[in-house]
Amino acid sequence: MTTENGILLRVENLKKYFPITRGVFQKHVGDIKAVDGISFFVQRGETLGLVGESGCGKSTTGRTILQLYRPTDGEVYFEGQDLTKIKGEQLRRMRRQMQMIFQDPYASLNPRMTVGSIIGEPLEVHNIAKGKEKRERVQELLNLVGMNPYFINRYPHEFSGGQRQRIGVARALALNPSFIVCDEPVSSVDVSIQAQIVNLLEDLQAQFGMAYLFIAHDLSMVRHISNRVAVMYLGKIVELTDRDELYSNPLHPYTQALLSAVPIPDPVVEERRKRIILEGDVPSPAHPPEGCNFNTRCPVVMDVCKKEDPEFKEVGAEHWVACHRKS
Amino acid sequence: MALLEVKGLKTRFFTEDGVVHAVNGISYELDERESLGIVGESGCGKSVSVLSLMRLIPEPPGKIVGGEVLFEGRDMMKMDADEVRGVRGNKIAMVFQDPMTSLNPVLTVGRQIDEALELHMSMDKRQARRRTIELLEMVGIPEPAQRSSDYPHQFSGGMRQRVMIAMALSCNPRILIADEPTTALDVTIQAQIIDLVKRLRDDIGMTIIWITHDLGIVAGLCERVIVMYAGYIVERAGVKDVYADPRHPYTIGLLGSLPRLDETRKRKLFSMRGLPPDLIDLKPGCPFAPRCDYVVDRCWVETPPLEPVTLDHEIACWVDVRSSQPKLGGNHDD
Repeated sequence: MTTENGILLRVENLKKYFPITRGVFQKHVGDIKAVDGISFFVQRGETLGLVGESGCGKSTTGRTILQLYRPTDGEVYFEGQDLTKIKGEQLRRMRRQMQMIFQDPYASLNPRMTVGSIIGEPLEVHNIAKGKEKRERVQELLNLVGMNPYFINRYPHEFSGGQRQRIGVARALALNPSFIVCDEPVSSVDVSIQAQIVNLLEDLQAQFGMAYLFIAHDLSMVRHISNRVAVMYLGKIVELTDRDELYSNPLHPYTQALLSAVPIPDPVVEERRKRIILEGDVPSPAHPPEGCNFNTRCPVVMDVCKKEDPEFKEVGAEHWVACHRKS
Repeated sequence: MALLEVKGLKTRFFTEDGVVHAVNGISYELDERESLGIVGESGCGKSVSVLSLMRLIPEPPGKIVGGEVLFEGRDMMKMDADEVRGVRGNKIAMVFQDPMTSLNPVLTVGRQIDEALELHMSMDKRQARRRTIELLEMVGIPEPAQRSSDYPHQFSGGMRQRVMIAMALSCNPRILIADEPTTALDVTIQAQIIDLVKRLRDDIGMTIIWITHDLGIVAGLCERVIVMYAGYIVERAGVKDVYADPRHPYTIGLLGSLPRLDETRKRKLFSMRGLPPDLIDLKPGCPFAPRCDYVVDRCWVETPPLEPVTLDHEIACWVDVRSSQPKLGGNHDD
């Protein structure tokens, strides 16, 4: 099913540690293991969902893939090229094909720039279009994201959250990328606006065929938009599989608990549902537990889980899981 | 008789930019042991409506310009400050969205609950502490005796929200109002808090008003639902009616725009066009008319009153959605 040729991005054992320093000499005393050895791939034109709770490292993963953070270890192959090995002009050229849509549409747009210069900036930076040509392309992009091309001279503060997010989408599209990291693109807008943005992202994908890494904490939304879903917990991917398989046959106890915790807007369904209530909180990524990261909250923990870290492996067709119970 | 009766409540904010019509004459009843969900998007007036009935609206710029709130047969809008204080906290308690800003960072958690008990229940220090520890245990805080001498920053978000609930319960209130108490929490922690509130509802028969934008939470927790839009109640019904048979175009749109975890077939989300109205410049007529697919001429001139369509199911709409076709054929952007 998956061929090497269809793979756009391959991440191998990616790690990103943020050092904890102390004292005047910034002595290195430990690490926040934000991303701790994850591997996956993204196929051309697909949407891979990345879900997890706050602090699990999902946003850091997105940023590390784009080399906005340089990884501590591991490789990121994009179109066969290891991004971790290149820099400067070479990396800049690769960046044309990879874009990002940010969570907060209030913080990700420069308030002193007009919509036209925000969306047109990537075109200028990469010497693709200037002057009238650039202006036309910007207007075309505004049209694409469902906004009036006449807005080109306005400033971000004149728009609502949903419209700003559209501007962010237009900026990401400017260079015709083949891969876009969407980092919680709808979590800061209201429910009725969320659907507008998600439908827009889906329509654009159908039209231009780019792949998305869709990062979110809302499992219902992730299931809706993704082809495959990866579940993260404390810096690691614990399970990865097809969207329907994940929801009908979740294998990792964390995935099972997470799915059971999501409320479904239907009182009849809610009445019948059994919840798995996890005890306690997520441990600090500065001091992850020995063995499996989830062993402190796992309802079916075994002795081995407290000693050995389970391997992330394929247990069914295209279904990966990291759990001692499943190997 | 209803435990709480809100009649024609109106709240305005007088700002430099103009008058914000935050709550525009809402009426509802709350029965003893009922759990009521108030849902709506940001700015729809759901929080302001309960802050108004608790008389917690900062004045100026805010002002409750009309309406009555009958609690135990007395109008809270006519009470003086001392009388209100006797109700607030004692009989109606509230839990807010952000547990960090609602707790005092320089007092231990135990001290903050003790204080409520000493002031409202006239307990002495030792009695108060004993009750505090009991309360912390009831909301599921491990080692409550030790934890009561910790400061708020030593608790996680979920634990802080438990402390807030313990504090709210300290005076055995008759009504617990929860204003988006789980919005700042992760989904597995949210499940813990909802589980706790359900237990309180079932074990001690607590009457609950739960304010949220999450229609999923309401489905599992509440018996009746109020849907608000632009400061108006647009639909009010039993929870099953709202989800299985929504009658207001806004409720229909809202439910259609939600992805469902148990959706098996990929369908396109319903996308409501446009934005909620500006509450300063609220036009006459139905506030939802500019976004509505069922809009008729009358909607632009007359604001529809909340009226029953069946027993215990009310909507504020001129149109019967069952016999009309959506004008613009469903999905559209902008």
